Amino acid sequence: MLGVVRKKMLGQSLLKIRPAVSVLRSYSSSAKHMTVRDALNSALDEEMSADQKVFLMGEEVGEYQGAYKISKGLLEKYGPERVLDTPITEAGFAGIAVGAAYHGLKPVVEFMTFNFSMQAIDHIINSAAKSNYMSAGQMSVPIVFRGPNGAAAGVGAQHSQCYAAWYASCPGLKVLTPYSSEDARGLLKAAIRDPDPVVFLENELLYGESFSVSDEVLDSSFCLPIGKAKIERVGRDVTITAFSKMVGHALKAAEILEKDGIDAEVINLRSIRPLDRSTINASVRKTNRLITAEEGFPQHGVGAEICASVVEESFAYLDAPVERIAGADVPMPYAANLERLAVPQVEDIVRAAKRACYRSVPLAAAA
Amino acid sequence: MALSRFASSSRSGSLLKPLSSAISLRRPISTDTTPITLETSVPFTAHQCEAPSRTVQTTANELLTFFRDMALMRRMEIAADSLYKAKLIRGFCHLYDGQEAVAVGMEAALTKKDCIITAYRDHCTFMARGGTLLEVFAELMGRQAGCSRGKGGSMHFYKKDSNFYGGHGIVGAQVPLGCGLAFAQKYSKDEAVTFALYGDGAANQGQLFEALNISALWDLPAILVCENNHYGMGTAEWRAAKSPAYYKRGDYAPGLKVDGMDVLAVKQACTFAKEHALKNGPIILEMDTYRYHGHSMSDPGSTYRTRDEITGVRQERDPIERIRKLILSHDLATEKELKDIEKEVRKEVDDAIAQAKENPVPESSELFTNVYAKGLGVESFGADRKEVRATLP
Repeated sequence: MLGVVRKKMLGQSLLKIRPAVSVLRSYSSSAKHMTVRDALNSALDEEMSADQKVFLMGEEVGEYQGAYKISKGLLEKYGPERVLDTPITEAGFAGIAVGAAYHGLKPVVEFMTFNFSMQAIDHIINSAAKSNYMSAGQMSVPIVFRGPNGAAAGVGAQHSQCYAAWYASCPGLKVLTPYSSEDARGLLKAAIRDPDPVVFLENELLYGESFSVSDEVLDSSFCLPIGKAKIERVGRDVTITAFSKMVGHALKAAEILEKDGIDAEVINLRSIRPLDRSTINASVRKTNRLITAEEGFPQHGVGAEICASVVEESFAYLDAPVERIAGADVPMPYAANLERLAVPQVEDIVRAAKRACYRSVPLAAAA
Repeated sequence: MALSRFASSSRSGSLLKPLSSAISLRRPISTDTTPITLETSVPFTAHQCEAPSRTVQTTANELLTFFRDMALMRRMEIAADSLYKAKLIRGFCHLYDGQEAVAVGMEAALTKKDCIITAYRDHCTFMARGGTLLEVFAELMGRQAGCSRGKGGSMHFYKKDSNFYGGHGIVGAQVPLGCGLAFAQKYSKDEAVTFALYGDGAANQGQLFEALNISALWDLPAILVCENNHYGMGTAEWRAAKSPAYYKRGDYAPGLKVDGMDVLAVKQACTFAKEHALKNGPIILEMDTYRYHGHSMSDPGSTYRTRDEITGVRQERDPIERIRKLILSHDLATEKELKDIEKEVRKEVDDAIAQAKENPVPESSELFTNVYAKGLGVESFGADRKEVRATLP
């Protein structure tokens, strides 16, 4: 897409604009803002309008207007044949959706949260991800599984898990993680148009956040490429990879680090599978230091794969060990103070970056 | 404190009025255990079994205890609503007001050897099993004195020493778990049963039918209790179930439909079910009940049902009002005495909240406790693994 290339060449980052700081509007190419919620809603609307085969299925997506209002207005516009309220039976309706995808339709399945996708995971992996391979190309599965992923606020152990690493380990799936409204629009449209099963991991806490969007992003033909990361902030000293909510944290960390003379490069992964190894490695070859940031559990996580990739391809360029910032290695606690310890904070990323730049207090002084 | 009462007259259900003003009483709960015979609001509807009689035996003591317990639960849930709006409770909060008769009636039919498991609308079930108000409010506010030490939250209350197994966030999961409790009870020859509660939304879950099938094959003492409040979040039962006759959905398994707003009917049905399950394996109870609040505090509860419907149920079928009318019409207590009970429970709730507010949040070290029962000395990590780490004992 020409627009995307142009932005990359200019090295411009789309600033996340908070409504209170509207003076920054002058930095963007347009004065328009859009919440992630509206971005997703408009993307669904446009893709359903463009292709009759696209339909939406999930709990409360129709009459309730969506548990998180992502599908607001769609039932009224497209009718009950294309916007379907399901019973609370994920294994059943996910299987039904995959079957529909086998026979030529393009389902968008909403999981109220991805925690509930575990009830349907057999269909996501065994019925969707592997079918094109097992059938030697006869059965492609153009399905999108979407919904909020990761921690919200105070929802406890069974409602807070991040599923990026699990799904991204599976060949045959594509796994996308939007951060901004531009990401949400471009990646969801790409996901719906893609002939393969896509797991589309949103974040509840981002739904209400507003980002500036250019006219190009607002155009109904807008689409982002799958498998390409975005450099949100160009830097020289240390690379920070992040996805979803952690991108916001990484950008805040970069602002703090700048005051200490550390110029951080922030990569918004956008796509966990395929993982944009070339962008990540090119960045590390420039900065020589890497912090990976994610919300999910650390062991066998996204950061572990990124670290392995960099060690394999860019070992000689590393000037410091790769640092991983991730969710705590415990089930998510409910109490607010414990939850804060269990989820990565901006200061965790800052601290790790300083360590990688050898700016922490030396061991001798700490003794 | 006991009201002194004389033996009942020949007319069943009639008792002499208490000596009120002459005796100063703090807690006018009657300990009179003279049997009173009553009828449930409606007869039971049976599937593949013979319904129990709608004639029930109760006592003044029992009725007043029911009144007090339900009034306490009602007050507790309404207080939780306020705490949530004041942001002292975070995350999800699913309130049970309207459904109190199910928790109270069930407990009256069981012993603490019997097991109960439910989903996330668990505050009152926890209380019925012997939980305290402090444990409830402290847990809701994420404090140390909570029943899960602040680590679980609203959806994850447990009381294992009373055989209350939670407290589950994933719709339907608690049903196979409940059948598993029953399996263990049979295996260990406990002569006890398990009540696995689920909602009309969960009633369509496949895992329920899988677990029921196995329970029936293996004659497990499992009672599946559908708390049918007619809405699975925002979806009415007829939009989610081809057959909303949940008591019949067990097909080969017998079932009973019960007025879940009538605590005496609930008790009768649970007594019947326990006896049945011990001899013949699984049985389904459908409790016809209603929640006044929305699905959770994030749901107004009025976009998919009318305010008239909600007030209608409150006027015609409220479980506490039913018992109040019974108590008054049988002269078991005066209106003032009942109001005094309500004032008492309100104070109990307020005191517990005040205590919970003073209670400290968990220590940071609690982040790493109870990951395992046997941690083998492995290391666990915080968000920054080089900064925060712990050895799991």
